[in-house]
Amino acid sequence: MEPVRVIEGQVSVLDRSDVDTDQIIPKQFLKRVERTGFGEFVFHDWSKEPGWDLPSNPILAAGRNFGCGSSREHAPWALEDYGFRAIVAPSFADIFFNNCTKIGLLPVVLSEADVKELMAAGHARIDLEEQEVSFAGRQVAFEIDPEIARRLLEGLDDIGVTLQQSDAIERYEAQRERSGPVTNTLA
Amino acid sequence: MPKNKNRERAAAAGPRSLFDKIWDAHEVAESLLYIDLHLVHEVTSPQAFESLRLAERPVRRPDRTLATADHNVPTDGSTAAAQIRDRLSRVQVETLEDNCREFGVPIHSIGSARQGIVHVIGPELGVTQPGMTIVCGDSHTSTHGAFGALAFGIGTSEVEHVLATQTLQQRKPRSMRIRYRGELGFGVTAKDLILGTIGRIGVAGGVGHVIEYAGPAIEGLSMEGRMTVCNMTIEAGGRAGMIAPDDTTFEWVEGREAAPDPLPLDEWRTLGTDEGAGFDTEVEIDASRLSPQVTWGTNPGMVTDVTSAVPEPRDEGEERALEYMGLAAGTPMREIALDRVFIGSCTNSRIGDLREAAEVVRGRRVASSVEAMVVPGSQQVKTQAEAEGLDEVFRAAGFDWRSAGCSMCLGMNPDIAAPGERVASTSNRNFEGRQGRGARSHLVSPKMAAAAAIEGHFVDIRGWE
Repeated sequence: MEPVRVIEGQVSVLDRSDVDTDQIIPKQFLKRVERTGFGEFVFHDWSKEPGWDLPSNPILAAGRNFGCGSSREHAPWALEDYGFRAIVAPSFADIFFNNCTKIGLLPVVLSEADVKELMAAGHARIDLEEQEVSFAGRQVAFEIDPEIARRLLEGLDDIGVTLQQSDAIERYEAQRERSGPVTNTLA
Repeated sequence: MPKNKNRERAAAAGPRSLFDKIWDAHEVAESLLYIDLHLVHEVTSPQAFESLRLAERPVRRPDRTLATADHNVPTDGSTAAAQIRDRLSRVQVETLEDNCREFGVPIHSIGSARQGIVHVIGPELGVTQPGMTIVCGDSHTSTHGAFGALAFGIGTSEVEHVLATQTLQQRKPRSMRIRYRGELGFGVTAKDLILGTIGRIGVAGGVGHVIEYAGPAIEGLSMEGRMTVCNMTIEAGGRAGMIAPDDTTFEWVEGREAAPDPLPLDEWRTLGTDEGAGFDTEVEIDASRLSPQVTWGTNPGMVTDVTSAVPEPRDEGEERALEYMGLAAGTPMREIALDRVFIGSCTNSRIGDLREAAEVVRGRRVASSVEAMVVPGSQQVKTQAEAEGLDEVFRAAGFDWRSAGCSMCLGMNPDIAAPGERVASTSNRNFEGRQGRGARSHLVSPKMAAAAAIEGHFVDIRGWE
C-alpha cells in the first residue's frame, strides 16, 4: 500500500445519508475476479439520474452512515479507482470504514455542520499526520485510531505486520487448540 | 501465556458479558483476534487468493476454513459450475473451486449435497459452535451469533489476512444489549421482532457496537428465529449480533456432522453474560407490543406495522424512497399489491421458515397476478423439505420450487425482478435495485410473504383466514 499523508484538491459532493454499498457498486459488477477496473461502474444506477454530478476529484464529501450494507470491498475499490483518495462524512458504516483503511482510501469523520461547510467550500486539504482538514480558511481537527493512522502513514502491509507476531499465534494455537470443528473432515 | 493471562484478566475484570468472554479468550495479542472459523464464498475471495499467490503465502489453517458457492449459483438444479450459463458467474465459481483445490480449503460447491448459503450451511453442518470467533467476507456473518459466537463480516483484504494468519487486527467494538420485555404476540415472528427493532433504533443505531439480544422473547425463539434476528443486526449497523447459548442451542447443535461428541456443555454453559456485566449502551423494547412488520422504503429502517399506512416522509431521503417505491403517503400497507413473492435468503430459508410458510399456503392458490418462488437455503434444507412434502404444498399452490442459493436476495444469479415490479421478500435488504434494477422490495416474515402471495397484497396474518 502507498503511504497516505496529504490529500488536497476539489471536493465532490454526495449529500445523501445511508448510502449503501449496493448503490456504490451494484451486484452485477461483483462477478469480476480482479481487484481493478471498478471505477467506471461507480454509482452505476444513480449516475443515470438527471442532475447527477459527481466528478472524479481527490475528495468525496457525503452524508452520515456512508457505506452501509454489504461488506463488498468492491465499493472502496470502485471509489478509489474512480479517483477519490479520501471520503469525508459525519459517520461511516463499520465494515466499509475498515475496508477503506485497508486499501489506503482515507475515511475522515467530521461533524455534520463541518461536512456541510466542506461541501460548500469545494476545495480542501487533508493532513493525516496533523489530523487536520483545512477548508474555507479554517482548520478542523479529526480523530482516527492511532494504529490505523500509523499504518496508513507508513503504507504498511497488514499481513506483514501480523506475521511478525507468528510466534504469538503459534503459542496461542498450541495452548488453546479446540477439539473442533475441523472443516476438512467434511470435504 | 494466553490461557493464564485470560484467566487473570477474567478474575480481575469482574462480571463479563458473552462478548467480553469470547473476546478475551481469542486475543492473541492486543487487538489481534484469533479466528476459529473462516467461511468463504465465490464473490469476495478471488482477489484474496490471488494476492496470497502473488506473495507466495499459504492458507495458514485450511482446516478452520470452509468454502461454498452461493451468491452466483443458478437455482435451476444445475449440478456443476460448467453448467452455469452466465460466463462471469461460471468463472467466479470455477475460480473458487480452483483456489480451494490449490490451497487445500474444503469446499461444498454447486452439485454437493452440502452446498448452500454460507450462513445456512455453517450452522447446519455443526461447524458454527458456541464460544467461537467466526468471520466471512459477507456482512450477514452476524447470523452465527445466534449460537453464542462472535461472528461478523469482513472485506476482501481482511479475508486475505485471515487466510494468511488466522487472525484479524481488530479494536474491540463497544457493546450494546437490547432487552425485550414481554413475549411476542400470536402471528408475530423473529423477523418482525428484528424489523421492529431496526425501525426503532435506526439503520445506524448499532454502528460500532456488538449487540447482545436478551429477554424472554429471545429465549422463546427457535434457533431459526434467533438466526433471523442476529442475521439482520448488520441492517441496524451493528458489528455483530449475539444470543447467549442455552438448551435450545445445545439441542440444535447436538448430533450435527462437525459437532463435538459429547458437547462440551460445562464450557458452553459458562459463556452467557454474567449478572452485573456492563454494556456501553442498553436498549429496552416491549416485544409484546410488536405487530407483523412490512417495510415501505429503501432501507430496512423504513418499516411499519402491517395495520398501518405508508408514513409521511420526514426528510429528503424518505421522499426519495417513496418516489422509488412508487408509493403515496397514507396508503394502507394492506392495499399494496404485489407482482412477486420471494421466500429465501440467509435470513429466512431454513426448514423452520419453510414449514411456517407452507402452513399458510397449504390447500390455497397463489393469486393469478403474483409470481412466487421458494429457494431453500441449502441442499440439505431442500432435501428435508421434500422429505416432509413441503415442496408439494408449495408447488400445488403455484410456487416455483428451486435449488439452494442466495438467489433473488441480491440477484447475482438469473433470479431477478424487473424494473417497477413489487416484491414481498423474506430477505434482508430493500435497497434500491437490490433485487433487480428498479425493483421495489418489501421485507416481511415468511408467513407474511406466504399470505401475501395468496391474496396478491399484504394481509395481517393474525386475522387472516
